[in-house]
Amino acid sequence: MSRQLRPAHIRLRDLVKVSGSALRSRPTRVVLAALGIAIGIAAMIGVVGISNSGRADFDRKLAKLGTNLLTVKSGSNIFGKAASMPDEAPQMISRIAPVTDVSAIGMVPDVAVYRNDRIPLERSGGIGTYAVDLDLMKTVSATLAKGQWLTKATENFPTVVLGTTTAESLGIDRVGADVQVRVGNAWFTVIGILNMAPLAPSLDSGVMIGWPVAKSLLKFDGHPTSIFTRIQEESVTAVKDVLAATANPMAANEVEVSRPSDALRAKEAADDSFTGLLLGVGAVALVVGGVGVANTMVISVLERRGEIGLRRSLGATRGHIRLQFLMESFLLAMIGGIGGVIIGIAATTGYAAARAWPVSVPMWATAGGLLATLFVGVIAGLYPAGRASRLSPTEALATP
Amino acid sequence: MTALIVLENVRKEYDGVVALRDASLTIEEGEFVTIVGPSGSGKSTLLQLVGTLDRPSSGTVTIDGYNIATLTDRELSALRAQRIGFVFQQFHLAPGVSALENVSEGMLYQGIDPARRRKLAATALERVGLGHRLDHRPHELSGGERQRVAVARATAGSPTILLADEPTGNLDSRSGDDVMSLLDDLHKEGTTVIVITHDPDVAASAPRQINIKDGEVAA
Ligand SMILES: Nc1ncnc2c1ncn2[C@@H]1O[C@H](COP(=O)(O)OP(=O)(O)OP(=O)(O)O)[C@@H](O)[C@H]1O
Ligand SMILES: [Mg+2]
Repeated sequence: MSRQLRPAHIRLRDLVKVSGSALRSRPTRVVLAALGIAIGIAAMIGVVGISNSGRADFDRKLAKLGTNLLTVKSGSNIFGKAASMPDEAPQMISRIAPVTDVSAIGMVPDVAVYRNDRIPLERSGGIGTYAVDLDLMKTVSATLAKGQWLTKATENFPTVVLGTTTAESLGIDRVGADVQVRVGNAWFTVIGILNMAPLAPSLDSGVMIGWPVAKSLLKFDGHPTSIFTRIQEESVTAVKDVLAATANPMAANEVEVSRPSDALRAKEAADDSFTGLLLGVGAVALVVGGVGVANTMVISVLERRGEIGLRRSLGATRGHIRLQFLMESFLLAMIGGIGGVIIGIAATTGYAAARAWPVSVPMWATAGGLLATLFVGVIAGLYPAGRASRLSPTEALATP
Repeated sequence: MTALIVLENVRKEYDGVVALRDASLTIEEGEFVTIVGPSGSGKSTLLQLVGTLDRPSSGTVTIDGYNIATLTDRELSALRAQRIGFVFQQFHLAPGVSALENVSEGMLYQGIDPARRRKLAATALERVGLGHRLDHRPHELSGGERQRVAVARATAGSPTILLADEPTGNLDSRSGDDVMSLLDDLHKEGTTVIVITHDPDVAASAPRQINIKDGEVAA
């Protein structure tokens, strides 16, 4: 046989048009089938978007707080007793060249804090009383919610600044001469309330007073228990190595050096496991959506046997038929996928806006979502398209 | 030169049911042939074999020089796309799609580009007297008009062979006459036309008539 019989190549544009018009003629079914995919993709994009926006917000806040803070804390000695640092530790530390700020606090032991003398002692537990340096607030990037910070004048008098948790548990939400708390055996006037201090969480559940007044009224011995240091960013690691020995040359092992920003990061990272779980739920929804698409396509093939027969009579090869239904399944899934991306981004935007977070949906999530959709669409279409293509033309035409 | 359609001792069985037995016939290019016979006698089976929609259980079918037993499914599809047009009793038009689109999509598998397809489709619809109904969708057309759209679809790509299985079966006699005269016109323009019909008048009007009874071709 010299003459060649060659099936025509169908242009992509024609293929999309044919499959698209088939979908257009069954809008309800398309929407419902695509919805399954959309829910899966939206869930995944939303989870990734929200967690990413949260992280962006965290990074922004952390950048504001600074990651160059090291905390030196007196731990316990080998006998398990609370150790204390030498009084001159802050000075020693400030002599390390890259150290820019040093602020010490000293926990005043065995002092209870309560709102008034009628509250039983045990209910005021957990509130630490700290003698603090005046530049502490700046060093740990703390901010005032109300009132004022201690000054050269007020540090000599019974005035106190409350940590945010302390204020809450004491039921104090304002400052003033008439707002007083009992610290040990003396009345202190509340002059300020701090916001949450993420880099120095112990302050949140504490009360802060001046060193002089702590010594004069509360019999404080004056030993620093924690020293907050700011270091030039590039030298943080190097300084960290020598900080313990500098703070307590006699017993460096009784001193704990930590970087609070690392702890915050670790806590933030711990939330990722939950994100992974939600992502898994989204993936399951996507698979269920894929099954929905496959189901819709199988029904479509059954209903359209006549059309398949007609196309075969017009000269469509099995491959043409298979391609048509694959494209239909793909488009169906893509409608869901694109819808899901839009819903996911909208959900992320809404959630982030409500929390004043920056919106950040990573490109890879969107691309990955659409890629997953493509995959699901093709997989879901394989079986129905195969069935459609294997239908014999005469059988297909026999069903009206 | 060989005949356009040659069937030699063709037999077709469907799981034990013999639909066509030992059929032999020759149809030359340009003929107009009607196929008549009682219901269930094997008319549609014969037409499907000629249209390469199915293969015989035994015997040989040769279309335009091709022994279809030697062709793959792809090659058969290409043969149908390029040389054969079908008209069915049930029209088989795509719902919700305009007459022009229906006819134009009929040439999809001929590899004609979209712009030319539309032009050919419009011409074909004008030829069947539906030049003013290009944008109408099937449900906006009468039965006769629908079948004329189907005829336009079958012929827009200029097939050598036009096969029609009871094209007037669902139409009233006037619409039926319109469709038949269309087929007659196509025949006059050179297309080989084979029509299955139950209408004795239609059958008698054709130059050649093939009678089938119980799966056997009478002559
Ligand atoms: N796919 C099939 N499976 C089983 N039997 C079939 C099939 N197609 C046709 N037949 C049988 O083959 C015989 C011929 O059928 P065919 O459709 O060719 O008849 P016909 O002459 O076109 O009848 P009608 O005038 O009613 O359309 C019938 O007995 C029919 O039942
Ligand atoms: Mg029949």
